[in-house]
Amino acid sequence: MRSLIDILELTTEELSGLISVANDIIDHPQKYAEACKGKKLATLFFEPSTRTRLSFEAAMYELGGNVLGFSEAQSSSAAKGESVADTAKTISCYADIIAMRHPKEGAPLVASMNASVPVINAGDGGHNHPTQTLADLLTIYREKGGFDNLTIGLCGDLKFGRTVHSLIAAMSRYKNIKFVLISPEELKLPSYVKKDILKKNGIPYEQTTDLLSVMPELDILYMTRVQRERFFNEEDYLRLKDSYILTPEKLETAKETLSIMHPLPRVNEISVAIDDDPRACYFKQVLNGKYMRMALILKLLEVEV
Amino acid sequence: MNIDSIKDGIVIDHITAGKSMQIYHLLGLDALRCSVALIKNVNSHKMGKKDIIKIDTDYEVDTDVLGYVDPGATISIIRNGKIVEKRTLSLPEKLTGVLTCKNPRCITATEQELSHIFFLSDKDAGVYRCLYCETKAEKPTL
Repeated sequence: MRSLIDILELTTEELSGLISVANDIIDHPQKYAEACKGKKLATLFFEPSTRTRLSFEAAMYELGGNVLGFSEAQSSSAAKGESVADTAKTISCYADIIAMRHPKEGAPLVASMNASVPVINAGDGGHNHPTQTLADLLTIYREKGGFDNLTIGLCGDLKFGRTVHSLIAAMSRYKNIKFVLISPEELKLPSYVKKDILKKNGIPYEQTTDLLSVMPELDILYMTRVQRERFFNEEDYLRLKDSYILTPEKLETAKETLSIMHPLPRVNEISVAIDDDPRACYFKQVLNGKYMRMALILKLLEVEV
Repeated sequence: MNIDSIKDGIVIDHITAGKSMQIYHLLGLDALRCSVALIKNVNSHKMGKKDIIKIDTDYEVDTDVLGYVDPGATISIIRNGKIVEKRTLSLPEKLTGVLTCKNPRCITATEQELSHIFFLSDKDAGVYRCLYCETKAEKPTL
């Protein structure tokens, strides 16, 4: 019985396998329509999330399975003080697989250590969010035809942005990758990510505060939101939230083949005027996220189609 | 200064000078009822100065804790006044209940009954990280 807590638990071969299944689901959805018939997914969301929870639920329904769960801690036994371990043991009696989001870092790992069914980390605070990375990877694969030879710009909150850290870790496995880290001084990529992942793997990177100066060299521009919930101090949030806003003018020097990505939700960091630009991929990412979650559910439930 | 030699017990030798008191507390030696000698700043050919702890009873030393705090220390098992076994130490792969995670966002901050578990993430630098949130451990101070 396997869980997915951190994207690095998947080997490159397993990632290729998931991408291959997701692409097959996109091409032949009917083939998978009853793949999980009779199976139940429990979505345990201890903090609010629209996209991820509905994506998991849609994924399970499209596989012919059923869904149960809750969408905030107040409507769970956590409000009565139940531990994550006890919740996981209990839900294991009802469901075949669990998707858990929790504000505390490591909570899904605790759940996986106590559940008797697979647990998928659907986001644990600012720590890991592996299925977002799966969505990002499928998007890159479909837009670029592979993962090698790419210059990837990461822009915005690189300090607290968990999706950024996971994407760097996942993409560092491929050939001839270069990262351009674009952020204000206060939200720079933590030194341990640079040391443990980039330097350790010999991945070239540059850091800058100026998005415009690096725009022409980018194959991918991954924008992130400066998230209010990651700050202890409201003043810091208000000062930094508008640091990088992408507008059509800023894209004038960008490649025609650029892919603009964003884990969503956005606040104002990408102008809506860019939504119709063929280089905008962020809503495709949402759709790809559902397909990758379908592929992941199949893999963890060991369902062969 | 004379300290009686041990008949049956343990000698923790080659302790980095000044660390013996920390080791004494972390290993819980204060709870032992037998003689425990803590010898500081002993002249050492190799180390310049070192500390030694002698425990006058058959005692199972937690090598994970000792290996974490002072991987250069050695353990000698004494039986009938003679050394019957010598153990060297290395940084343990996992530490349970030795370090406390200081990250307020970690699940261990709210669920008090969870064991604090750390894993060795960088052997060369001796860096440990929390199993749950991957926050870097701070060396224990007493």
